[in-house]
Amino acid sequence: MPLDSKLDPATHKFKLVGTRPSRPDGIDKVTGRAKFGADANAPGMLIGKILRSPHPHARIRSIDTSKAEKLQGVKAIVTRDDFKCDDPSQRDVVYNIMAREKALYDGHAVAAVAASSAAVAKKALKLIKVDYEILPHVIDVDEAMKPTAPLLHGNMITANVDPAPKKPSNIAARYEFGHGDPETGFKQADFTVERTFITEATHQGYIEPHACLASVGPDGQGELWVCTQGHYMIRNTCAAILGMDVSKLRVTASEIGGGFGGKTTVFIEPVALALSRKANRPVKMVMTREEVFRGTGPTSSCSMTIKIGVTKAGRITGAHGEFRFQGGAFAGSPVELGAMSAFACYDLDHVKSIGYDVVTNRPKQAAYRAPGAPMAAFAVESVIDELAKKIGMDPVEMRLKNAAKAGTKSSYGPTFNRIGLIECLEAARKHPHYKAPLGPNQGRGIAAGFWFNFGGQTCVSLNLNVDGTFVLAVGTPDIGGSRASMCLMAAEELGIGYDKVRTIIADTSSLGYNDVSDGSRVTFSTGLATIAAARDAIAKLCARAAKTWNIPVDAVTWEGGYAKPSGPNAGNFQPLSLKDIASTAGKTGGPIAGHYEVNAGGAGVSFAVHMADAELDRETGRVQIKRYTVVQDAGKAVHPSYVEGQYQGGATQGIGWAINEEYVYGKDGRLQNAGFLDYRIPVASDLPMIDTVIVEVPNPGHPYGVRGVGETSIVPPLAAVANAVSNAAGVRFTALPMSPPRVLKAMEGASPRRR
Amino acid sequence: MSQVRVATTINGDAVEYLCEVDETLLDVLRDCLGLTGSKEGCGTGDCGACSVTLDGRVVCSCLVLGAEVEGREIGTVEGIADGDTLHPLQRKFIEFAALQCGVCTPGFLIAAKALLERNPNPTETEIRFGLAGNLCRCTGYDKIVRAVQAAAAEMRKG
Amino acid sequence: MVHVVLSDSLKAATGGKTVFEIDAANIHQLFLRLGEDHPKLKPILERGVAVAVDGQIYRDDWFQPISPGSEVFILPRMAGG
Repeated sequence: MPLDSKLDPATHKFKLVGTRPSRPDGIDKVTGRAKFGADANAPGMLIGKILRSPHPHARIRSIDTSKAEKLQGVKAIVTRDDFKCDDPSQRDVVYNIMAREKALYDGHAVAAVAASSAAVAKKALKLIKVDYEILPHVIDVDEAMKPTAPLLHGNMITANVDPAPKKPSNIAARYEFGHGDPETGFKQADFTVERTFITEATHQGYIEPHACLASVGPDGQGELWVCTQGHYMIRNTCAAILGMDVSKLRVTASEIGGGFGGKTTVFIEPVALALSRKANRPVKMVMTREEVFRGTGPTSSCSMTIKIGVTKAGRITGAHGEFRFQGGAFAGSPVELGAMSAFACYDLDHVKSIGYDVVTNRPKQAAYRAPGAPMAAFAVESVIDELAKKIGMDPVEMRLKNAAKAGTKSSYGPTFNRIGLIECLEAARKHPHYKAPLGPNQGRGIAAGFWFNFGGQTCVSLNLNVDGTFVLAVGTPDIGGSRASMCLMAAEELGIGYDKVRTIIADTSSLGYNDVSDGSRVTFSTGLATIAAARDAIAKLCARAAKTWNIPVDAVTWEGGYAKPSGPNAGNFQPLSLKDIASTAGKTGGPIAGHYEVNAGGAGVSFAVHMADAELDRETGRVQIKRYTVVQDAGKAVHPSYVEGQYQGGATQGIGWAINEEYVYGKDGRLQNAGFLDYRIPVASDLPMIDTVIVEVPNPGHPYGVRGVGETSIVPPLAAVANAVSNAAGVRFTALPMSPPRVLKAMEGASPRRR
Repeated sequence: MSQVRVATTINGDAVEYLCEVDETLLDVLRDCLGLTGSKEGCGTGDCGACSVTLDGRVVCSCLVLGAEVEGREIGTVEGIADGDTLHPLQRKFIEFAALQCGVCTPGFLIAAKALLERNPNPTETEIRFGLAGNLCRCTGYDKIVRAVQAAAAEMRKG
Repeated sequence: MVHVVLSDSLKAATGGKTVFEIDAANIHQLFLRLGEDHPKLKPILERGVAVAVDGQIYRDDWFQPISPGSEVFILPRMAGG
């Protein structure tokens, strides 16, 4: 969707795009003024709390709320009986926000209370009696796939298999991608390596817990204030679950304190609305950190088997991967994305990946930054590294020899357009980090990574004010500084100053539907819509100038924020400024605004190459990252500081995943580390500076060449760190996280499988 | 439960409030006094998003009781700027893009300000350990550390 | 005629067939024809899939034109984080 692009992003001299102005929400965020999910209150507000199952798998025989109802201050209680939505597309969503016949994981919501204070609500939860019949549970993905495993759903028949299996299982679906025949490829190889890899579930770890403030009146009209990546998604889902007209529910997105994919679905929002409707009072709900860990989506834990063959000259002849991802209690793990992305960095004649989507007694996984891809890249890039060693080839050279480029038939099917993997590999090889000497007990690892990037439904409104300034209304919550990049693109197109455009996130009743801020889509698709809306506004501005001058509209051009006659033949008129046109707009035809509505396609895939230096303490098994460099293709970096921020943030989340973070379950199926003390995300003293290199290979699908940048940065780090630690230890690490106990075990030669 | 009457100083202003005996200082600040700049990320003292100063020392306000601060001096993010003049740390956080979502920023500013008051010329390592009680999930800390270094340099010049 | 390749993941709905020659000028027409020929595929197409036309991926964009020489690839529905 390049619009009718007038410029070539590779050579165009941008005035504002590519500069680093202060973000428009900066002052609010350094003074404590910014309003996040939990920062809103309403008169007469009640506090909502949720009762959660302590059992990983249990039939709910009965729920007795009678005692709790009698407690002074309790205004409403909801259970499964209050969520009887028969829309099949919402079935699992509803079951996940409120348990039905069974509780399917430790932390599954069973009932909720709204009361006059948090203290009363907590007391009321203790008075609710739930009669559970405890059932056998399964936590591990490989265990869950066995025919003898306890079944979560009695009717789950594996999808995409012909003929369909006769018996139910925990395998929700099978996926298959690729082309050629890997066996043929392996016969041409001088060396093959086959290994099985394990990764544990990790949480997105946003610092702001889920929070919302709901208010529904007896007339069925509702308001919802919520921290989310997609307030239209929240509105449509909640309206469907509660049987409300979509038009009657207005959702306002608060400032969002991190999401990383975890805030792309509903948890407490339909519950708060149901409580509010029942109590006829506003209800505020804020999750505790423990609830965030137990009751919202971490990502999948995975088991993967990879086989790759290579010639002595370094050419990959065949690749095969089997990916087994558990996605918690319901179907929908990101295994198909893992399987599709696994080999996407390489130009292969024979490649196949098989994926199994498996259910277990864990919270339903939610998207986490490039869902599925980091785990798959860990497995594949580890084997590539091992093969490079086997044939004595430089690991960057080996990747260059096989790198995907324009014209490569991708491992998931389509043929690539212009892509930037080779540019990223070359930049990595040229970087001083690559040749820097290593200290004792240190190892260097490199890895490549791929992500699709998405577009999707988007609309914006660009309104001209009387003084010649603009307000840009967008419908995609700002999760990484997008208000700054939208202001830059609008101002670039209009030829005015960055501070002459104010971008706001409109509520769901003020602007048409917008997809969730996910899939690295905002700078790409909201940016594309912003540029198009600015061009729409310019056309209208030129038309007003033409009318004023009484000349044809094509005799007017737009330049540097002014309407000008397009040449001497058009007539001799003083240019009209935005302010001139704006101040007379009421007399020349009414308000002026630019609009654009689109289902944006052509997002343009992106690649990254990461380098990590790890130091190993052989006595304690502790791994420290001493140096780290991210090289990634941004297409065109609109605000380079926030592009770098995405690179650094993604790398750091990946480092945490590689060496520290994991969901730890006891034999009883209960989560044992539901807090930031025991689920330790990286802190400042764990890390070095994260160096960044922005490569710019323009995306032909965007007028300025923009590619999404938010997700690709978390794809290579698991593998880069694992390769670094393996090189430091002289032992191949095949299980994450590489926490001290695992590292010590692996160095003692023990099985690096689960603890 | 009878409430406790507390007289204290917050950001230089005399403040009186009534709170429950088991209510945290964070809840008092946010729910009674409308000072929502301090955030609750965990409620267990692990994330630092609720950091405030208590007589100049950084504490997690989720681990302090509202009833404990009688006669003490509390500093929150709302009190860092001097009228419409931002503190150098606030300016450098914006200039260096040291915040993405911004929910951890109030805690980082409180911790960094206390660090620079203690040590006007910290090394990178000292900054990293000085801020190790504050979690940020967006930035990877790089730009936060650089912003603190830049603010420290500016403050040393006076 | 357009050369259309169906991801192996979806071939259970077409009895194993993955390559089709179809007369379609856009994604909507392609879905209608494929759905008519393969009734099991119809609900999958209606629920939503991703379609790559000449390497660019589109979600639910019915009227995206397809030219006769285009490479068309149908994939399971995808979402990011």
